[in-house]
Amino acid sequence: MKVTEQSVVYVADLANLELTDEERGRMVRDLNSILDYIDRLNQLDTSNVAPLAQTLDRYGVDESKQGTARFAYASRDDIREGLRKSLPHEEALANAPESDGTFFKVPKVIER
Amino acid sequence: MDLDSLTIDSARTAVAERKTTATALAEAFYDKIQKDDPQIGAYLILSKNRAMETAGRIDRLVAQGADLPPLGGVPVGIKDVMVTRGVRSTAGSKILGNYIPPYDCTAVARMEAAGAIVLGKLNCDEFAMGSSNENSAFHPVRNPRDTSRVPGGSSGGSAAAVAAGMAVVALGSDTGGSIRQPASFCGVVGLMPTYGRVSRYGLIAFASSLDHIGPLARTVKDAAIVLRTIAGRDPMDSTSADVPVPDYVAELEKPIRGLKIGVAKEYFGEGLDSEVRNAVETAIEKLRSLGCEIVPVSLLHTEYAIPTYYIVATAEASSNLARFDGVRYGYRARNARALSDMYRRSRDEGFGAEVKRRIMLGTYALSAGYYDAYYLKAQKVRTLLTRDFDEAFKKVDAIVTPTSPTAAFKLGEKVNDPLAMYLADIYTVTADLAGIPGISIPCGETHEKLPIGLQILGRHFDEATILRVAHAYEQATAS
Repeated sequence: MKVTEQSVVYVADLANLELTDEERGRMVRDLNSILDYIDRLNQLDTSNVAPLAQTLDRYGVDESKQGTARFAYASRDDIREGLRKSLPHEEALANAPESDGTFFKVPKVIER
Repeated sequence: MDLDSLTIDSARTAVAERKTTATALAEAFYDKIQKDDPQIGAYLILSKNRAMETAGRIDRLVAQGADLPPLGGVPVGIKDVMVTRGVRSTAGSKILGNYIPPYDCTAVARMEAAGAIVLGKLNCDEFAMGSSNENSAFHPVRNPRDTSRVPGGSSGGSAAAVAAGMAVVALGSDTGGSIRQPASFCGVVGLMPTYGRVSRYGLIAFASSLDHIGPLARTVKDAAIVLRTIAGRDPMDSTSADVPVPDYVAELEKPIRGLKIGVAKEYFGEGLDSEVRNAVETAIEKLRSLGCEIVPVSLLHTEYAIPTYYIVATAEASSNLARFDGVRYGYRARNARALSDMYRRSRDEGFGAEVKRRIMLGTYALSAGYYDAYYLKAQKVRTLLTRDFDEAFKKVDAIVTPTSPTAAFKLGEKVNDPLAMYLADIYTVTADLAGIPGISIPCGETHEKLPIGLQILGRHFDEATILRVAHAYEQATAS
């Protein structure tokens, strides 16, 4: 077993989840079963293989350039031509669970 | 008018020639949805005001004697992972249950600009995570061909609506097979375009390097018309490709004689249902009889596709879904003591079991000490899977496979076994990982009259060829 209840608690914390006791037990079982299956990737020797993050990079990347210039194809027109107009304040707040009309409101940040 | 057999052209022509009006046609679809959808569950939200506004505009065009745009008056459905301005957009999740977006998804805006009437938002697995549509936070969708069975997923509502005549065409999204597998289960056409072919702007993100928007339709031609409408560079999505959009519809009629069609034994191994195998082999023979050359190809790393996918997709999902924090939009838990407590409880109460499972798996794969072993490893295997296709496409113009190893399964059959559910996507995830286009078209039925799907995969940005092969097969087998 790779994933213990303790590691589930740790990962849930990273993911901003809490999980009930029942969910935690089930998560231990499910993650182990899935990761066992995923382990078959270790059958492959990938020491000389480059990672692939995004397939479209094969179209348009300028290999002759360095740094971000290589990805010039992905520049957004609105950034090149100046910032696009933002959402009106009211619309941006319209879906907020709580707001005071100017800001999003949240519960207190520091616990005492 | 028989709504079940309408196509884009027949619907548009009926409106243009004043056999009906766009308004009356939309009303007829709403009547049908009201009558039939309680048994299916395809729609989550109806956007009647918006639909009637567009229909009115189309009817005024007709009255003025103006030419109708390519989708003028055609009633369509939109998978509810695409945002629609002023129309509730939920991603099938409780956490977005009351979300009313302030903007439109580019693909939806392009459909509407081409005259389509958006009837409503279609049910799906929560955040498009699932293969049966049973992960919808609202209600499952039932397969119109057999209501004891699932429609597939995650675009189950899209496939079911098209199959049941509750939309002429629909937009779906595909991250691991979510357009093609439900198309296969419901007996319709489902096209996943090349990664970057269609803008993802306004598609609620699941896994950004794998997400695609594409059409579900009753004919290959309709899928081609929709693709022509939604494809092309969009400044709002930096991963939308600046690659010219061909006239996919005109390309359909080009002959397929002489095309080289690859068949990979890796897609015909253990776990493939014998009836599905027979149907797909018969379809391959049909393509041969139409003048295609059948060529064996090897896609050696296929068996590693599912484990690769479930690392890459969940890692990206864990990052994408971090935005749901109960602050700017979406569900917020009540009576939280402090901010961190509010985050946790909102997410705990707002997300369903499968979404939490994937966030956990993705977070685990990205966490310190496991990043190299899982995430980086999967990215490297993704390179190998992509190379397999590069090699194969040096020899062939398209590759045909089964879409899914089985026909539609029963509701409840796989809900308690996540791994078994993941394996339903075994033949579809490879194309998402490699970024190549794929289409599923009907190729027969099981003895229980359940549809079987044939998948055709193509080169990057060569949707024209797979559409052409699909169209030729469809025409040759039309009864």
